[in-house]
Amino acid sequence: MSLENTTEPGAEQEFQDPGVPFHRPRKADVDPKAADKAERQTAAIFGLSIVGTIVALVGYFGMDMGESVTSIRTFNAVLGLGIALAMLGIGIGAIHWAKTLMRDHEMVEERHEMRSSDEAREGAIQNLKDGVEDSGLAGPKRRTLLKGSMITALAIAPLAFLVPQIASMGGDWNVSKFRHTMWAKGVRLTKDPDGTPIKAADVTIGSAFHVIPDGLNELEHGKIEEKAKAVVLLVRLNPEDLNVQEGREDWSFDGIVAYSKICTHVGCPVALYEQQTHHLLCPCHQSTFDVANGAKVVFGPAKRPLPQLPIEVDDEGYIVAKSDFHEPVGPSFWDRLMGDDSTDDEETSH
Amino acid sequence: MHALARKRYHKAAPLILVLTLLALLTGVGAVITSQSAEATTASSSDIEEGQKLFTSNCATCHGIDAQGQDGVAPSLVGVGAAAVDFQVGTGRMPMQASGAQAPAKEVVFTEEQIAQLAAYVASLGTGPSVPTAEQVDPELGDAAKGMELFRTNCAMCHGSVGGGGALTQGKFAPSLMETTPTHIFEAMLTGPQSMPVFNNANITEESKRDIIAYLVAQRDGSPGGLSFGSIGPVAEAFWAWIVGIGLLIASTIWIGARSS
Repeated sequence: MSLENTTEPGAEQEFQDPGVPFHRPRKADVDPKAADKAERQTAAIFGLSIVGTIVALVGYFGMDMGESVTSIRTFNAVLGLGIALAMLGIGIGAIHWAKTLMRDHEMVEERHEMRSSDEAREGAIQNLKDGVEDSGLAGPKRRTLLKGSMITALAIAPLAFLVPQIASMGGDWNVSKFRHTMWAKGVRLTKDPDGTPIKAADVTIGSAFHVIPDGLNELEHGKIEEKAKAVVLLVRLNPEDLNVQEGREDWSFDGIVAYSKICTHVGCPVALYEQQTHHLLCPCHQSTFDVANGAKVVFGPAKRPLPQLPIEVDDEGYIVAKSDFHEPVGPSFWDRLMGDDSTDDEETSH
Repeated sequence: MHALARKRYHKAAPLILVLTLLALLTGVGAVITSQSAEATTASSSDIEEGQKLFTSNCATCHGIDAQGQDGVAPSLVGVGAAAVDFQVGTGRMPMQASGAQAPAKEVVFTEEQIAQLAAYVASLGTGPSVPTAEQVDPELGDAAKGMELFRTNCAMCHGSVGGGGALTQGKFAPSLMETTPTHIFEAMLTGPQSMPVFNNANITEESKRDIIAYLVAQRDGSPGGLSFGSIGPVAEAFWAWIVGIGLLIASTIWIGARSS
């Protein structure tokens, strides 16, 4: 804005109404040939829509959808393209028509007055006053019983749907179920999904086994909940590569280690195991755990190492759990460490 | 697309036939049921030829006795013929440059040379052998069972239908859409590069064939239309946000613009 445009002090109106912009006639307004052309264009676009409808109908009745993926895809594509052309043709044609041929006048529609008329305002206030007087909640003849009972009714009515809601969360208030899984001393590690037990000799170096506890498949109900807590990744490293954590010397067997597959960040299944780097990657947020070093976090948003499942080998050579996990699996929750006597001291001090 | 898929079959068939022939000739396929894949009894001339090829092409990194070099290349004693057939047969070896991982590229050696190299490496120590054509025939597998196993063991890296996916620091799980059944089988058996080993005690030979059947069944594409490489929500969201919303913005501008 240049200096000349600034208004004088005391000027009544700071800005002038700029009015509607300069009206530029369209080609179709001044040239009948252009108007005819626009008409033909619009008709052609509607024509495309008609073609689209015919294509879709011919496709539907004339084509064999078949059984193979390819024929189904072709069938779907013809139907989809036909319908798209039919719909888009109508829409694009209508807009083109409106833009080129329909009336091109700038129109001004004034806002109506925001304020109601004085009579309407007085009437509204009078209605309210009459209502209060009729109800007897105020004024000379007060009905206090009515007032009290109404307020009570309003106050307790929400309980009718809040109480069942909260009550149905019942189990979810009980966080102790997060502390324990199906694993216990002597429970065999078995293959997901068929549940066959795993011999230590079968876990060759570089192997990765996706593991569920023995007996999971036989559960009558709650199977998926138990599985969600108990899934384990079993891998064998070259024993030289494995740095056994202090206090966990007897949790592994000849380079075989088992870690919970539930990410300590938000509980995704961590299962992208790179056997050369021994890194275990979570696909959700790229938390990376180093299996060779107690599954400690080497990258990403997770805060704690994956819980380790202590394992040993039974008389028949099968891998079994020595106990449950020594800490709750998965992401944090309130009271996670309450009453927990395991190795979390070190972690909480971080 | 169907024609393409059929063509791909035809392409793979001679390879499988040649491999079978070689396997039969060299006695590699003699023991197919044992999970611990016995040492192969290849003809001594094959082993000799293989050793020559090895010395001139592989020994620089893997060492003259295939013992490997620390931090450069692993020992090949006991990796078996299957590992050689996979690594060399998919062009991953010889490696072109050191990097995050060795990608599949144009195959350098002929089928015969690969078989000779495999025979030599197999002679160094017991290891898994190259599977027979029957072991990897997708027609004999159960795709539905294969899907369950693939979802449990493979999908986290290779994607739900084998489209591939990213790992850490430049590494990636490759797409399995073009991989031959034999190479899929060998990869599971030997665990190349970042991939863990899935030996026959973990995923049995029949189950491996089921997985192959499932993967081959995915190659006709999706009946729903474009699959964007089947690599999951990233590619789909890219299309929705960039292409889809871009088109919406473009049409909004067109609707609002004055006609000339």
